[in-house]
Amino acid sequence: MELKSLFLKVNNELENTDNRPRSRKITCKKCQKQVSVSKIRKNFFICPECGHYFPVRARRRILMLTDKRSFVEMDRDMESKNILSFPEYEDKLIAAKEKSREKEAVICGEAAIGGSRVCIFAMDGNFMMGSMGAVVGEKITRLFEYATRRGLPVIGVTVSGGARMQEGMVSLMQMSKVSAAVKRHDKAGNLYIVLLTNPTTGGVDASFAMLGDITLAEPGARVGFAGPRVIEKTLNQKLPEGFQKAERVLECGFIDEIVPRQEQKEYLERILKLHGF
Amino acid sequence: MEDYEIVKGARSEGRLTASDYIKALVKDFVEFHGDRLFGDDRAIIAGIGRIDGIPVTVVGIEKGKDTKERIEHNFGSAMPEGYRKALRLMKQAEKFKRPVVCFVDTAGAYCGIDAEERGQGRAIAQSLFEMSDLKTPILSIVIGEGGSGGALALSHADRIWIMEDAYFSVVSPESCANILWKTTEKADVAAKALGLTAGRLYELGLVDKVCSSERVGDLLKEIAKELRNLKEIPAEDLVDKRYEKFRKVGY
Repeated sequence: MELKSLFLKVNNELENTDNRPRSRKITCKKCQKQVSVSKIRKNFFICPECGHYFPVRARRRILMLTDKRSFVEMDRDMESKNILSFPEYEDKLIAAKEKSREKEAVICGEAAIGGSRVCIFAMDGNFMMGSMGAVVGEKITRLFEYATRRGLPVIGVTVSGGARMQEGMVSLMQMSKVSAAVKRHDKAGNLYIVLLTNPTTGGVDASFAMLGDITLAEPGARVGFAGPRVIEKTLNQKLPEGFQKAERVLECGFIDEIVPRQEQKEYLERILKLHGF
Repeated sequence: MEDYEIVKGARSEGRLTASDYIKALVKDFVEFHGDRLFGDDRAIIAGIGRIDGIPVTVVGIEKGKDTKERIEHNFGSAMPEGYRKALRLMKQAEKFKRPVVCFVDTAGAYCGIDAEERGQGRAIAQSLFEMSDLKTPILSIVIGEGGSGGALALSHADRIWIMEDAYFSVVSPESCANILWKTTEKADVAAKALGLTAGRLYELGLVDKVCSSERVGDLLKEIAKELRNLKEIPAEDLVDKRYEKFRKVGY
């Protein structure tokens, strides 16, 4: 699957904290140059040679966007069950937990950004391509409900292949569930900022990723409903250059701003301050 | 019948389409066009009429009967402007206190360059978002194919019904098999695993009623009864109950 290749294995190489020497290098997928891991880490997980954006784990994403030691996680122990007895799902969950070192594909909690209290969720592409099943839907819904009760803004970082097939219609209907919770948060006059990262597709694109008051994206992130291969197959034609890339999606009118990784925290601080937080 | 046979049956030619249901159930139907933003998507037919005397707004995804009609209706795959037309008329239904009845029958929302660039994802998201707070009763009936997000977009309802020989699925069995096992040959295995049949969805508590395909005539009475029942509920309670209905899915 093309989508799978978007969730680079290199992510884990970057995150590994085993005994290998700090000076180790990896090959950047884009420029093919050998780059030192510590340099990439210091550079917001951007290749210092060519500017390629490496994927970022959910937990690190939250660290990058929030004030030091401010994050308090919520619902951290929720785990998926194989409700439909779908073949091979348990094995996939075990592999996903090992790969991501998380219990599910989203992390939620409360934190501060530039001193402003916020609720934040970040999805993790290493967990079954950030797909949304009942747990992901439930955790994000609970976060929005919590934020609505307390009048807090929600910051959401998306990365997802869409609804999780292995949970059938239960996962599809998470789109409805989360969208309804976003609506209640919205109606109570609260702020919701989405940061779209590579890739944000399918059922996540067609629900809470597209419901922000303010919609931001990382440079080059793929954002769209249908997978590019499916479209190519349906139309039997090559897709135009830049199709479904954040820059093009902005031109089409669906993104407010593309914000480089180094500037994201400061950007969020500015927006929060302008809303009186 | 095997689950995959049900999927194939739901796609087969000669089935009743949304326009058949509208003809049979909705008196004095007047069709309206356009989303007021871009265009008129013929994959979605929508308008007003009466069901057993009750003024209603009707939205249907139409596949067409023959080749000419199928092309005209884009084989029942809606563009963003189709969902926006549906939403426009649902908001109008709220204004004039008419219940909304949706007939859902689609392999999926259209996937193409134009659909993507006009915001297919945003259109579906907005439909879910606004329907969740629509202060008028909504009844959605899956009459054939309930294909993923494109079908879900018109199913954020107080009651979700499904014809006994229809299906509703997160993904087509072929795509599912292709993604998981790299072959569409195992679509039958995928169909079974996805739990997409009317009976299975009812067991899982995801649909409220399975309707008999043989006694479509009874449907009129059943719909009218349900709409009268829903109309009794104060709008605020109705919206709260709708929230709870989706809130408990999966938990």
